[in-house]
Amino acid sequence: MDLKQFRNPEIVKNLLRDIHTYKEPIKIMEVCGSHTMAIGHWGIRKLLPDNIQLISGPGCPVCVTPSSLIDLMSGLKGISIYTFGDLIRVPGNNGSLEEARSRGADISIVYSPLEALKNAEKNETVFVGIGFETTIPGIAYTILEAHRRKLTNFSVMPAFKTVPPALKAILSSQDIQLDGFLLPGHVSVILGEEDYSFLVTDFNIGGIICGFEPIDILLGIKQLIDQKKNNLPQIDNEYKRVVSVRGNQTAKMIINKVLQPIDAVWRGLGTIPSSGLGIRREYLDFDASHKYGLEITDNEKESGCRCGDVLRGKIIPTGCPLFAKTCNPSNPIGPCMVSSEGSCAAYFKYER
Amino acid sequence: MCLAIPVIVKKIEGDKGLVDIGGVCKEISFIFIPEVKEGDWILIHTGFGLNIISEKDALETIDLLKEAYGLETISES
Repeated sequence: MDLKQFRNPEIVKNLLRDIHTYKEPIKIMEVCGSHTMAIGHWGIRKLLPDNIQLISGPGCPVCVTPSSLIDLMSGLKGISIYTFGDLIRVPGNNGSLEEARSRGADISIVYSPLEALKNAEKNETVFVGIGFETTIPGIAYTILEAHRRKLTNFSVMPAFKTVPPALKAILSSQDIQLDGFLLPGHVSVILGEEDYSFLVTDFNIGGIICGFEPIDILLGIKQLIDQKKNNLPQIDNEYKRVVSVRGNQTAKMIINKVLQPIDAVWRGLGTIPSSGLGIRREYLDFDASHKYGLEITDNEKESGCRCGDVLRGKIIPTGCPLFAKTCNPSNPIGPCMVSSEGSCAAYFKYER
Repeated sequence: MCLAIPVIVKKIEGDKGLVDIGGVCKEISFIFIPEVKEGDWILIHTGFGLNIISEKDALETIDLLKEAYGLETISES
């Protein structure tokens, strides 16, 4: 399959020519951290006229993970902790998981949550359950698999987040006026087009589900311009090669079997109603928050870091007084600088 | 973190199998894509196949753009 066609320079030139004919100001939020990185990587911001403003949203699960989760995990003694690598360097209020590991904590990085099950056959094991809709089905399935294998040593600390409630929170706060969203491609593989219909019906704002190649992103921007010109906000799908109208029904069914909506704390955004997923009563034995009495709270230490405003789209990373001064990828103060897909890391790498 | 990569399916055994990631074989769960076939391109994330990539839809997107801009389409060439 020749996906390189999505980098075809002739199409890119034509799309840019169309985009440059539009002269009105337009403010677009790219929700997904992978889009922020792709926009930086392909140099897209520099190719756009000044009237088109791209703002990064809250779409990096690592960046919106509250410090208290890190503190709770590094505080568990005598238990093997398994996590995705993305989380290991995120600072908690008492240092990162990496620092806890250097002090002797049993913390391992895995590619797949299924890899943690082997250890659970012998030792008490907790998997740190972070992620959006892209990642959640795999962890939900891992819980089902632990149940099937009758593992009594395995649990997941649920710190999942779902994207639609966060978009609702951003639009309801009216901190910023947006003209449209570039919607997250891989979250949408699971959700499908239809789960975004509330954007149009409740908020009169459109969105384009986009892939991550240059043509995907430029086409998304062009379509949002067309929507604004015609005053016809709608949900369009530019990433049809993997995103369907109804999403991945099998994955959604497994999520619903194991997990249910709960309120969740987002770093920088606070508590958003029904924006997280907790473990259902039937699988409570696999719920680390229940097993060890752990509760995620909103207790960020004051550090001058403005990741919260970056995640809400109120400022761009260069607007933070710490950016590229005391806060940089080698010594990150906030999560948006730690994560490889955080807005601050993207701006540090590509937009300075 | 929602990074997902396109890979080709080499072998299927029940609800899992092997994919080729740039020349390296890796075991992946196909639990979310029971309809997958050997030779399909799929999108994988954290050890799970998320969906099959539709070549037809990929070509359609590109060809619609090429047609709109008066460029030679893939189906013509």
